[in-house]
Amino acid sequence: MSLGFIMLVHTAFDRAEQVARYWASNGCPVVIHVDGKVRPARFRAFRDQFRDDPMIRFSRRTRVEWGKWSLVRATQFAAERLLADFPDVRHVFLASGSCLPLRPVSELRDYLDAHPETDFIESVTTEQVTWTVDGLEAERFTLRFPFSWRKQRKLFDAYVRFQRRFGLRRRIPEGVSPHLGSQWWCLTRRTLSSILSAPDRASMDAYFAKVWIPDESYFQSLARRYSTQIESRSLTLSKFDVQGKPHVFYDDHQPLLERSDCFVARKIWPRADRLYEVFLDDTRLANRGAEPNPGKIDRVFSKANERRGQGRPGLYSQARFPSPGLENGLTCARYNIFSGFDFLFDGFEPWLARRIGGRIHGHLYAPERAEFAGGETLMNGCLSDSAALRDYRPTQFLTNLLWSTRGERQSFFIGPHDAQDVVPFVTSDPNATIAAVTGAWAVPLLTSNLGFDAIKAEAARLQRVELAFLKELKSPGLAARVHVWPLADFVAQPTEKLQNVLSEITGPSPRRLTDLPPMRDLTGFRDFLLRLRDGGVKPQVMGDLALFPTKTDGGAKHGSV
Amino acid sequence: MGLIASYRMRLRRRYWRLRALRRRRQLTVVKDRTRAISYGTILAFSTVRNERTRLPYFLEYYRKQGIDHFLFVDNDSVDGTREYLADQPDVSVWTTPDSYAKSAFGIDWLNWLMRSHGHGHWCLTVDVDEFLVYPFCDTRPLRALTDWLDASSIRSFGAMLLDMYPKGPVNAQPYREGQNPFEIAAWFDSGNYMFERNPRFGNLWIQGGIRARAFFADAPKKAPALNKVPLVKWRREFTYISSTHILLPRGLNLTYDPAGGEKTTGVLLHAKFLSLFVERAAEEAQRAEHYRAAGEYRAYADGLEGSDDLWCKWSERYINWRQLEILGLISKGNWA
Repeated sequence: MSLGFIMLVHTAFDRAEQVARYWASNGCPVVIHVDGKVRPARFRAFRDQFRDDPMIRFSRRTRVEWGKWSLVRATQFAAERLLADFPDVRHVFLASGSCLPLRPVSELRDYLDAHPETDFIESVTTEQVTWTVDGLEAERFTLRFPFSWRKQRKLFDAYVRFQRRFGLRRRIPEGVSPHLGSQWWCLTRRTLSSILSAPDRASMDAYFAKVWIPDESYFQSLARRYSTQIESRSLTLSKFDVQGKPHVFYDDHQPLLERSDCFVARKIWPRADRLYEVFLDDTRLANRGAEPNPGKIDRVFSKANERRGQGRPGLYSQARFPSPGLENGLTCARYNIFSGFDFLFDGFEPWLARRIGGRIHGHLYAPERAEFAGGETLMNGCLSDSAALRDYRPTQFLTNLLWSTRGERQSFFIGPHDAQDVVPFVTSDPNATIAAVTGAWAVPLLTSNLGFDAIKAEAARLQRVELAFLKELKSPGLAARVHVWPLADFVAQPTEKLQNVLSEITGPSPRRLTDLPPMRDLTGFRDFLLRLRDGGVKPQVMGDLALFPTKTDGGAKHGSV
Repeated sequence: MGLIASYRMRLRRRYWRLRALRRRRQLTVVKDRTRAISYGTILAFSTVRNERTRLPYFLEYYRKQGIDHFLFVDNDSVDGTREYLADQPDVSVWTTPDSYAKSAFGIDWLNWLMRSHGHGHWCLTVDVDEFLVYPFCDTRPLRALTDWLDASSIRSFGAMLLDMYPKGPVNAQPYREGQNPFEIAAWFDSGNYMFERNPRFGNLWIQGGIRARAFFADAPKKAPALNKVPLVKWRREFTYISSTHILLPRGLNLTYDPAGGEKTTGVLLHAKFLSLFVERAAEEAQRAEHYRAAGEYRAYADGLEGSDDLWCKWSERYINWRQLEILGLISKGNWA
């Protein structure tokens, strides 16, 4: 009879009874504190169930408010009763009504017998604590907290600010070094009775009664005063979520709990029938002697907290619809946008596909329809090529495409013929790589059969759109990787420039670009541009016209270099 | 929000509550078993019209999930729906011959029933072709979810409509009574949903899926809304104002996280496109008792005659909630 339990119960009495009886039947005395808020009739009914069991007793009751001094008070009542009634108890284990032993009590007892002098209590100095939800660590011990954090948050915060501002502080009593930790501990009789029978206990209690959340600091600080050997960890597996409330375990956590090798877990959903059935059955096989290893469970729950806090970048859904600036990643993956290349080269798309792989779409924002790769009318996620649907929510069209094709590199073309609504979005997205040859849209016009007036009008329109596009590429919010060349500069050295872009996309490759797709014939391009200029459409985006071939120097710059 | 705007919102809520109060007279009780409702009971509310074939599976599905009591408004059924419901031990039924359209598509009636019976309970408001799927629904009953929501001080749970459809012509596989409709309508669109925040009520306005793709590709703005808040810890001052898409007070519509995180959400699998639907579309287009004078049904009636197959090679076959979570359609949030 070296191990005794204190159990704080306020609800789910049938489960508390099950666990208390389990411990008692294994030779461990249990002292139960029932919350003073529980109605007398309910309490009596609960207590009377244990009439026949001398190992299960009840302590004096007090009304408990979570996170308040009353919780420490209740623990004190129960601890005093346990120590007085069961003199053989060497270790006292504090548990709640929603705790469940994960390993047979005999294993816990063996474990404690191997560490007879050790106090298992998570006890961390305030400088090292990072897990508090309210952000109050050292100040828990030096400020006053007359207002409820839950119900009077504004007053609470205001009063904290007020005290900080005017330097109002409480003095920490001598001999107390502030420590914080999980409220679920397992202390030796020696340490616990030293705390409870200290000559200055009254003044200690008076001090801690006004500390913020004393159940996380009273025993944690005072154990430091008396204990000879502290292992600063809790034997109770208990995880907290972003709101600071404990994660709950359900039937489907059974394999996870089994692998954790922890002795006790909280908090268990009272209706998790299977967990209670499995873990209170001592005939099951257990791996004896393993050290508790809560790491596996940690991962699951810290992932859950991350999902709630940051979410999956690039996801827009009914669960996650970030306001502008809070996206934590506008899109979920890198993607590439090419502008102008397809006007300049024949068969640029298939060439690019061979070079960088992934999915190379055509003009996704073309006026008639979204030109998906391979001429498809639907894309991953059943994304439709309907221009109306796309233009209804143009950025979500892109984020949807990227989300549904995660793991596959996406590239598409954009040009001045296309809808431009998505441009501000992609320029502000660090996942975007934009490569543009400006003025290339004029190349097809060179061989157009339209009348010159129509060509002029078209050129003016396209140039206006491209100028707006260029303006976006120079906007202050620019986050995309951008490569822009006027047509004249690009044509002068196409290989090198393309090489730069491609190695940025695929990572540096030892292979140098040698084969470019055939460039369209630019013979007479300079004269064409001059005619446009003289017709009143000044070419502004093509660069230095003198670099282009005239009719007379033929195709000097034609083809690969 | 200023005082005036806030007061106008209150007036709006009052208006909807008054509507419900007035239309309570249209309801006649058929079978009232609401005395069986006790503390902590989870309730389901629904309006039905000639849904006899769908009901057995609907009741089975939700009983298994942990609904303790069903409250139905029968809108003048002629196929034995009312009698069937009245025979069920955990169902209370009211009936009305009045106009579905004029009662805001049944919402006035349900608001009234919820006000009288839902106070303090978790209430699920669904149509008979909507099936709630939430994270861990294969291992944890609805009660686990509502307990967790209670512990987290969350009052409402969002679940968008996910329209399901069969492979091949919609009427090729006839639906048998009692059958799981998703044996037939097993497919859905996974990644073509569109979202916008509604600044007035704070809810997300969601469109997309098969209905936008197949019937509203030319007029996306008219595509039906898919956002829903079907599960609410009801208080008598609450009121639905537009089907179960939007509620007041507005805080209940915030079932998404605007700050970058993910909130716990589910979906309502929508077993709309079954063989039953083809006949129904023609009938409802005639009757014009649905939203926008059943313009939606007219679109289906036209659309379904021509191109019958809604399925495409990118359609996703429904497996379980985990699949939906990976696809990003639902989220576990911090429920683990």
